[in-house]
Amino acid sequence: MITAPLLEIAVLILGMVILMFEAFATKIDKRLLAFAGILGLAAVFVASFFVAPSPSADQATGFWSFYTADSLSIFFKQFALLTTILVLIMMIDYAPVVENSVAGGKLRSALGEFFAVPIFTCAGLMYMASAIDFIFIFVSLELVTISFYVLVSFTRRNPVTLEAGVKYLVLSALSTAFLVYGITWLFGVTGQTNLQRITESLANTGIDRSAALFGMVLVLVALGFKIAAVPFQIWVPDVYQGAPTPVTAYLSVGSKAAGFVVLLRVLRPFLMLPETHRLLVLIAILTLIYGNLAALPQGNLKRLLAYSSIAHAGYLLIGVACFDGRAVIFYLAAYLLMTLLSFAVLVIVSQQTGDRISDFDGLGKRSPFLAFAMLIAMVSLAGVPFTAGFLGKFFIFYAAIAQRQIALLVVGVITVGCGFYYYLKVVRAMYWQSTAKMDKIPISALSRFAMSALILAIIGLGVYPQPILDALKR
Amino acid sequence: MLLFVIFCPIVAAILIMVGAPARKTALVASMLTLAITLFLLGSLQGWQRDYQHVTSFSISPDWHLSFTTGLDGLSMVMVLLATIVTLAAVWFTGKIDRYENAFYGCLLLISGGAIGAFASIDLFFFYAFHELALIPTFLLIGIWGSGNKTVAAWKITIYLAVGSFILLLGLILLYQSVPVASRSFDIRALKAAAALGQFSLEAQRHIYLLLLIGFGILVSLFPFHTWAPEAYASAPAPAAMLHAGVLKKFGLYGLLRLAIPLLPDGARHWTSLLVVLLLGNIIYVGLVTIAQKRLDWMLGYSSVMHMGYIFLGIASANILGVTGAAALMFAHGLSIALLFAIAGEIRKRTGTLLLDDLGGLAKVMPFAGLAFGLGAFAASGLPGFANFAGEIMIFFGAFKNGWEIERFCLFQIATVLGLWGVVISTVYMLRAYRKAFMGTLAERWKDLVDLRPMLCAPVALLVGALLCYGFFPQSFVQIITPAFRPYLSANK
Repeated sequence: MITAPLLEIAVLILGMVILMFEAFATKIDKRLLAFAGILGLAAVFVASFFVAPSPSADQATGFWSFYTADSLSIFFKQFALLTTILVLIMMIDYAPVVENSVAGGKLRSALGEFFAVPIFTCAGLMYMASAIDFIFIFVSLELVTISFYVLVSFTRRNPVTLEAGVKYLVLSALSTAFLVYGITWLFGVTGQTNLQRITESLANTGIDRSAALFGMVLVLVALGFKIAAVPFQIWVPDVYQGAPTPVTAYLSVGSKAAGFVVLLRVLRPFLMLPETHRLLVLIAILTLIYGNLAALPQGNLKRLLAYSSIAHAGYLLIGVACFDGRAVIFYLAAYLLMTLLSFAVLVIVSQQTGDRISDFDGLGKRSPFLAFAMLIAMVSLAGVPFTAGFLGKFFIFYAAIAQRQIALLVVGVITVGCGFYYYLKVVRAMYWQSTAKMDKIPISALSRFAMSALILAIIGLGVYPQPILDALKR
Repeated sequence: MLLFVIFCPIVAAILIMVGAPARKTALVASMLTLAITLFLLGSLQGWQRDYQHVTSFSISPDWHLSFTTGLDGLSMVMVLLATIVTLAAVWFTGKIDRYENAFYGCLLLISGGAIGAFASIDLFFFYAFHELALIPTFLLIGIWGSGNKTVAAWKITIYLAVGSFILLLGLILLYQSVPVASRSFDIRALKAAAALGQFSLEAQRHIYLLLLIGFGILVSLFPFHTWAPEAYASAPAPAAMLHAGVLKKFGLYGLLRLAIPLLPDGARHWTSLLVVLLLGNIIYVGLVTIAQKRLDWMLGYSSVMHMGYIFLGIASANILGVTGAAALMFAHGLSIALLFAIAGEIRKRTGTLLLDDLGGLAKVMPFAGLAFGLGAFAASGLPGFANFAGEIMIFFGAFKNGWEIERFCLFQIATVLGLWGVVISTVYMLRAYRKAFMGTLAERWKDLVDLRPMLCAPVALLVGALLCYGFFPQSFVQIITPAFRPYLSANK
């Protein structure tokens, strides 16, 4: 039987092996490394379905006091693996851009790292899903963040990318500082770093509540940065636009999902406090309004997706504010599918034309398959029934109605209306507008397969959501 | 059988998208669905009030969610309407220049969504099927529309999206307001819960208001109606036929389905509001319709206006009025589809629908003139047509409403005002008919050709259904009423 920690170890070994090949086998086509990475991760993904359950959190000691293998964490390990596999597929399509902007035409020297670093990020995301101790949360978060520092500014000849990299570095470091400071406050008040024990000691009356709350707010600031919640969203549009497109996709799915998992775990001790609740509702409303309104006038699709990722953080926060973990997780799963699908199309199309919405003009004629994939992604992001995105919103609104969160519902419905406008703007460009360019856009077989799988998954989950609901019950 | 009716258009749409010959596939599919619907109608046991032809697949046991379809008298009539109008709309679609396959695909998707919504017993799918039409409508107006199509397409899409999310909130609230053990989206289970009195008065009021606003936006109830005329004016004729004729009835159907059996107290609480709003539809929008200078806008507004009558029937809360509402839904769907079809043919030939530019068209297009005349007479409620049967039932029903609200004789006043609506609609319909088809023929329209013989068939289909229903309303009433009899008093 496989135990959960073996999965991360396997992923780490895979990453190191690929790095070794990158260093010593200079003659090979570096794309092989990506294929090897995809195959390796796929093997781990399959293995993750046969993981033995861990001892329950109450009597956990030693290693198991900071690492859990509950159904939530297993689900998110699979989530991280799947995301990384899809991102690697996108990276293969994106490789020509990297070659041009890094090596200056000199061999394919930098590509290996471009394919290896995401695997380490993946390991970090997987650790984060299992972390139930602040120290461990911090370490895995840093593994993710540092690998993203490298990835975001990877195409470093491009000044926009460089700017994005610096912005991400500075603001991310700042948020890390907040996290550490928050952890020290919580440790100072409770004398614990394990979340379970913090919960227990907070229940004691002898605890300084306001100090604990202050620590929690500091942690919330750091996580707000990760999930792109207002007012910590300033970095998102620029970094998303500047970073290499597959990395943007990775940031907006992987980083955000990990942030939400940690948020769900970290907030558990504090959810009983009304202050936390009010704060979350406020952040959710601000995030919804900002993300959706700012997305309205965008003409650049990459930037639009950045704002849309802020908007979706808002919907996810509704779920968090209503204490409905299941709704949040379902929404994240749907978000993974539709965001990666839209980025996959963007990666291919932007190499031919560009990443403005007007560059998608007439795509319906030029490349019906890509246009259809984008249509499904956009429709799902907007929330049309029979797509996974709709069910995500359905569960979120369900939770909000159960909690009678009138304000969240009003804002939620209005912003859904905004969402229809800016997502359908892309659809309009693809089908209404015509273009002079009529040449076909080439798609590799692997991407075509991945996109078809994503389309089927979006529609499949939109009609039959039970598999995910079951996976969480396990 | 029923599943075939639902999925035939959808499967055909997919086939067409991947490259099957568009027009042939669409025609065959819509004829097949109509044939099977007629067969289902024949085999429907009208006196039963239970659902028939029920099939069910469990989707999520945790949520008591299942894909359940079935027909009772009311939904049977609506499915019949949808299939008739679909066939007519597909038939009227001529040669399409751009993306021909996508055009037919979108039409069939709208139709499949409407049929699915009418045939769903499960509220989740009832809602979801309706939304299936949203994106195709956006594309139909956006790609193939005319006039101010961009604004129209955005308006209808965003209006309907917001409206349906409000509706969704109402449905979720409905689901949550019964005890946890009996929660279900199955309307039969909800009816059972309502029979046990599990919907509290307060919950009913909130749910009904949400449903009224949500459905109201979808049906173009008075303050939320501004999307409709513009969208119908800009949409290509087959899309306008399907949307105004069939899809818009979804909201009314939903109110009939949900409000009367499940939320009687909520409905009663908001009756005064509804009556005021529907008078806005009949009188205000009616007067606006008279002022229209273009045929397509006039038809768009008239379809908004006629919704007022149907709301009056629903608000009347007795069996006569409600049956009349259902009857008028069917009749209006057919007549407005006919009118939009003819208007679309005229636009195709002349390139304009400005009433002042047209005139005397009946001389060159006698058959189109006849068809439009029949449609206009039907829409203005001439006896012999189905609309008359519906309207008269609504007015009688509303005058003696089921709740006997004494305050200000609300319903009596509303009925009298509503009767003026008949005058208004006669005025604008006849005026439009006179201006477009009578009078002197302009020199430039001398060479117009009449509808091709092939196009007589869908016109005959629509007119035939209207007349058939108009002369034998009793046969339809018999299959509609059992759905409401347990919940409403007969008119004493």
